[in-house]
Amino acid sequence: MVVAPGLAEEEIDRIFGALADGTRRDILGRAIGHEQSVSALARQYAMSFAAVQKHVAVLERATLVTKERRGREQIVHANRATLGKAATLLDDYEQLWIERAKRIADILANSKGELT
Amino acid sequence: MTVITTTKDVESLTLTLVAEFDATPDRVWEVWEDPRKLERWWGPPTFPATFTRHDFVVGGESRYFMTGPAGETPRGWWRIDTIDKPRRLDFANGLAGDDGEPVPGVEPMSGYVTFEVMDGGTRMTAVTHFIDAAQMQTMLDMGMQDGMTQAIGQIDALLSPAPV
Repeated sequence: MVVAPGLAEEEIDRIFGALADGTRRDILGRAIGHEQSVSALARQYAMSFAAVQKHVAVLERATLVTKERRGREQIVHANRATLGKAATLLDDYEQLWIERAKRIADILANSKGELT
Repeated sequence: MTVITTTKDVESLTLTLVAEFDATPDRVWEVWEDPRKLERWWGPPTFPATFTRHDFVVGGESRYFMTGPAGETPRGWWRIDTIDKPRRLDFANGLAGDDGEPVPGVEPMSGYVTFEVMDGGTRMTAVTHFIDAAQMQTMLDMGMQDGMTQAIGQIDALLSPAPV
């Protein structure tokens, strides 16, 4: 496995720690297949809702999943490859800023004739 | 035509964007200072930003939310650290909770923008620095990543000649 430069040792520990547990690997696998609500996940395992929630929180801290509140539900999304991701993230951020700069250019071009 | 170049430093998690605009520094500054103009470019078209507060003074703070396609509203905040109009702006940008206020314990990312007069326009340099990969992920998850695919579809439209 290639670990991207820029990932702090602490984060790598969190990622491996999160993946060390079978239930968490299973939760992550399901979330990779499709977004999951915490309650739907809880129904899959012979443990309490709170216990499943704890596992999700560990995955979340490792940035392997993200949680989103949707109404009364908490939806768990798998994150794109967390390992080796720093460069990818910077690429995404670069793209975001390029898009922003283009929008600024657009605003400046469009407001040229404005009297305000 | 707008010239845009970027430099990525993966080691220090820093992104530098340089864009040359066909406008004076004052006008480029305005798209940062005027919240109604800022809203038009800060979020991707699929995640437009709404600034509910934009206290554009040193030490002033901003609050904003973005509206996603499914009605989700990720929230964020700014803190203005330096203002040297129309030359330089330093600010912190962080994640806010459902109440719109900064999430305690979540470090903001820091950035600065400089505006330089160049032949016939302005060279804007925007530098963003992240503390770690987790922070980048958090900020990207604020609607930015989901909006990316659709945002790419907007490139063609933006590349076409701007209306005169």
